[in-house]
Amino acid sequence: MISLEKICRSFTVGDEKVHALRDIDLRVSDGEYISIMGPSGSGKSTLLNMIGLLDRPDSGTYRIGDEDVTLLSDRRQAEVRCHRIGFIFQFFHLVSRMTASENIELPMILAGMEPKQRRGKVEEAVEAFGLADRASHRPDQLSGGQRQRVAIARATVMQPEILLADEPTGNLDSTSGMDVINILERLNGDGITLIMVTHDHSLGRRATRQLTMVDGRIERDTVPSLSSAPGS
Amino acid sequence: MRAVDVVSFAYRAFAGHRVRTVLLFVAMAIGVGSVVVLTTLGEGARSYVVGQFSSLGTNLLIILPGRSETVGGPPPLLGITPRDLTLEDAEALLHIRGIRYSAPIIVGAAPLSRADREREVTVLGSTSHLYHIRKLQMAYGRFLPEDEALRQAAVCILGHKTKTELFGSDPALGQSLRIGEYRFRVIGVLAPMGESLGMDMSDVVIIPVASAQSLFNTSSMFRIIVEADSREIMDRAKNAVLRTIKLRHEGEDDVTVVSQDAVLATFDKIFTVLTLAVASIGAISIAVAGILIMNVMLIVVSQRRAEIGLLKALGATRQQIIVLFLTEAIIVSSIGSAFGVLLARGSVWGIEKLFPILPLQIPLWSLAVAVAIALMVGVVFAVLPAINAAKLDPVVALSRR
Repeated sequence: MISLEKICRSFTVGDEKVHALRDIDLRVSDGEYISIMGPSGSGKSTLLNMIGLLDRPDSGTYRIGDEDVTLLSDRRQAEVRCHRIGFIFQFFHLVSRMTASENIELPMILAGMEPKQRRGKVEEAVEAFGLADRASHRPDQLSGGQRQRVAIARATVMQPEILLADEPTGNLDSTSGMDVINILERLNGDGITLIMVTHDHSLGRRATRQLTMVDGRIERDTVPSLSSAPGS
Repeated sequence: MRAVDVVSFAYRAFAGHRVRTVLLFVAMAIGVGSVVVLTTLGEGARSYVVGQFSSLGTNLLIILPGRSETVGGPPPLLGITPRDLTLEDAEALLHIRGIRYSAPIIVGAAPLSRADREREVTVLGSTSHLYHIRKLQMAYGRFLPEDEALRQAAVCILGHKTKTELFGSDPALGQSLRIGEYRFRVIGVLAPMGESLGMDMSDVVIIPVASAQSLFNTSSMFRIIVEADSREIMDRAKNAVLRTIKLRHEGEDDVTVVSQDAVLATFDKIFTVLTLAVASIGAISIAVAGILIMNVMLIVVSQRRAEIGLLKALGATRQQIIVLFLTEAIIVSSIGSAFGVLLARGSVWGIEKLFPILPLQIPLWSLAVAVAIALMVGVVFAVLPAINAAKLDPVVALSRR
């Protein structure tokens, strides 16, 4: 369970203060499938970064379960990122000198896992994401869809409870984009909490709960399947 | 994170980026290499000058019989003294610590004849030590035999001019000639050389000191020249010589010890300037190398800020990132320094081939300093930007490139 209370975040661009997030309140239950939509600059990526502990709020509290994670030390925050959160980027962010399987292995290396155990998990992930014949290729030898599948494998290999995806299909053609969405939805079906930022409405509408952000605020929070109760 | 994984991550990090790694190695190698080569050249120049000066006799002491202070005049060049300087005095001086050579000298003029030619020459009676002290060089044959100071061997060495005047272009080695009443066999001819210590060494005949004693019917030495190990111990050596002779001469202070003070003073000035010059060359090259390595490291690690951001996003702690970059910097800097040492050795070898006159030897201190600086600068300026990047929130590190 994720809860954000009165989260604020502002940047200074030039001599102008930009409020990316204004008093965001949000509760997410385990296993939800949420899409965040909105125009550019509405703060949707900032919100996702905040949930992924990649960014720090200026004020407000952010809890995962009962733990206030904004107050954690660097080491404990790293632990949360490592074990509880998986993050998928629009630009994949694979390490270019490493092969696909080495990229997938990276979080486990950082966690200090035994090599034997790592190898087993990498093999499983490679199989599961249809990368068996590309495992020893470096990212520049992979297609966009394959790269994003490697990134998803890397994000989920530690079996996190929350999976965050920032425009995961933004750099892909529609076929491999659908492919990636199917994988993410399958993972959600297995119980992972999935939060996805997108500006593609047809993708956003697939989610069971849809947030629309404007100017740093959550403008709409709809759960289409359950009549049309706007709630917050 | 496991230690093996740290090392293998670090290894793959620099092995995976060829261009970047080669650039680093080049910077390191040039840095270390230039420090070592420049200081080696400086040291070489210095030791060349020191060598040249020592051939002028900066570490020589000349012992003359008699005392000059009592009369205030110049040292008595002819032996007017109650006690003679003897061959034994010369031997005794060799026992002083720091005295390397001690050559007794008898000088006289005698007629030198061969077949129908005859002329007056300066005859020097001495021992094999004279060869080292005066830095003599042989054109042919050999110098006086070692350890035969007391033996009256009938052998002689001709100065270059004497040889030419007596033999022309005929070979002189093995020929015999007469000096006064005695027959001598020529065993060596000196290479041509200039005047030194006020004596033209090309117009002389050198014979064993014992032979000179009978030739001139004297037991006293004209002077004794001793050579000390180094310039620094000259004062101590001078006192020790005076003490030793006094002891042997029944407590009488009856010799004068002369060193080449004017030459020494000049030498000391030049030596100081040269030492300063070498030190400055070393310091400047170290600074330049340090800045070079620093810049390349800073650029290379700053380029990897996004990677640091990603590692943080994947769950790396600040400490893990620092350890990763520290390990990588140590490995890269060590390999780079090793290349630098190789480069330096190669360059010094090449310069030696080009200018054989320069005595080049890589000073150990410069190797140590160069490698230490390279390692230190390399590690510090790899880890500093890594620490800075690791302090950022992952999103900031990831976004800026």
